[in-house]
Amino acid sequence: MSKILIIAEHDGGKLNASTAKCVTCAAKIAGATIDVAVLAADAAAIAAAAAALAGVSKVLVVENPANKEPLAAVLAPQIAKLAVGYTHVFGPSTTFGKDIMPRVAALLGVSQVSDIMAVDGPHTFKRPIYAGNAILTVEAPAGAPVVATVRVASFEAAAAGGSAAIEKVDPAAALPSHTRFVSRSGATTGRPDLQSAAKVVSGGRALGSAENFKLIYSLADKLGAAVGASRAAVDAGYVPNDLQVGQTGKIIAPQVYFAIGISGAIQHMTGIKDAGTIVAINKDGEAPIFESADIGLVGDLFTIVPELEKALG
Amino acid sequence: MRRIMVGVKRVVDYNVRIRVKPDNTGVITEGVKMSINPFDEIALEQALRIKEQGLADEVLAVSIGPADTQQQLRTALAMGADRAILVQTDAAMAPLSIAKIFQKIAEAEQPFLTLLGKQAIDEDNGQTAQMLAALLDRPQATSCSKVDIADGKATVTREVDSGLETLEVDLPAVLSVDLRLNEPRYVKLPDIMKAKKKPLDIKSVADYGVTEGAAFKTVKVDPPPSRQKGIIVKDVAELVGVLKQKGLV
Repeated sequence: MSKILIIAEHDGGKLNASTAKCVTCAAKIAGATIDVAVLAADAAAIAAAAAALAGVSKVLVVENPANKEPLAAVLAPQIAKLAVGYTHVFGPSTTFGKDIMPRVAALLGVSQVSDIMAVDGPHTFKRPIYAGNAILTVEAPAGAPVVATVRVASFEAAAAGGSAAIEKVDPAAALPSHTRFVSRSGATTGRPDLQSAAKVVSGGRALGSAENFKLIYSLADKLGAAVGASRAAVDAGYVPNDLQVGQTGKIIAPQVYFAIGISGAIQHMTGIKDAGTIVAINKDGEAPIFESADIGLVGDLFTIVPELEKALG
Repeated sequence: MRRIMVGVKRVVDYNVRIRVKPDNTGVITEGVKMSINPFDEIALEQALRIKEQGLADEVLAVSIGPADTQQQLRTALAMGADRAILVQTDAAMAPLSIAKIFQKIAEAEQPFLTLLGKQAIDEDNGQTAQMLAALLDRPQATSCSKVDIADGKATVTREVDSGLETLEVDLPAVLSVDLRLNEPRYVKLPDIMKAKKKPLDIKSVADYGVTEGAAFKTVKVDPPPSRQKGIIVKDVAELVGVLKQKGLV
């Protein structure tokens, strides 16, 4: 029988939606018992939210001032102790889970299953490789714990309506002091985060200059969208490289993606494979982007983009 | 000797269109261009910059892979690494086994800093740095976009979903690097000639007491579901109409 421990992601006060998605993933394993571990300085509200997720049996709470910030070196030894008796330990494949879970896996003496996108059985999972250009089905050995991250874009959040027991525990792990939190700064653009935005407007080399990229920002603001860019636009210096969408940039899955003046190099397309609807605007009707776009409009972006912004009212 | 160790993986070049083998056992890697994993190139560049600032004496490039990986290590030496170690194997290697080999090398070489790419663009595991830090019981910082070394400490900025996070870690530490950290230098021809004379040691997996083999059984490899061919609209009005109909604007 599978016994699954999910490591809750939170911001110190609120449970992150990625946790509910991990619960949905875990629930795909037939007959699994699902517990959630909350490691925090002040866990009450987070634990209550986790306990309310449908399908959760028990919430384990580790309250410790050292758990105020999610430092992998501090959390991993505690999680490794909590993991005793569990067949699976899941965390979200967000920057939180990607940082912590491999450290947990090493402490438990196993490799990690990264980025579960589908569950085929208690030890058999599908995961993307080559930036989603191939889907690998792997089978982990039955005799060892499965430590995995869950690709949050692949699972719906578990519904509310649960009433799990909340239990305080003390994993009594020795915690290091060699890693110290200094600060955290949120995106200061006022725009949605590129990684998680429902709408993204991206510009390519055809914009021609940093100045012209204002067209992209303006349309994005009209749509309430995040701004992205192709590698070519980043390399040309039009925008900083944290906006880069593609295999070596951000891999995103917005509901709608506007590719403006982007030719559609493989590098770029692998970053938007999972986008809901791809809209391409490009003056070259032969551009490869039109092979993958759901809606294509051939024409001059410098005419179309302002027109589009206006038409959106 | 103030040493920086850098992990270098040989991967299919990021510009190659990936094709799944017809028998679904893997992706086609025969006859395609191979390169240094782009994130590892950034890690190496950072190591070289730290050395150029006078904060390190030697940059050691380490790889685990087939004999042809010497090509990528020669490129790393041409970029400016001082020496290289290839742990040669044709076998698939589990991330934990990779981390264990790096651990053994780190214990022998005593780097004050180990820099790795945040993930390799072939298997996309993203595990080695964190596992190595765990095995060495050292600090880790993943997805670094800024690294400052001073007074036996590293102050690093990490790219996290909510923005940027800054940590201070005691050295030695293991860092994985993100795209934003730097732009790797181009290799110049004279440096390629010089690189041929730099030391490149060949070792075996057994030298480090680690077993070859993958962590998990590969059941199959499938191509991703393909996107349906879309529609071409004639003007902005039609585009807006379709977007509204789909409830997207």
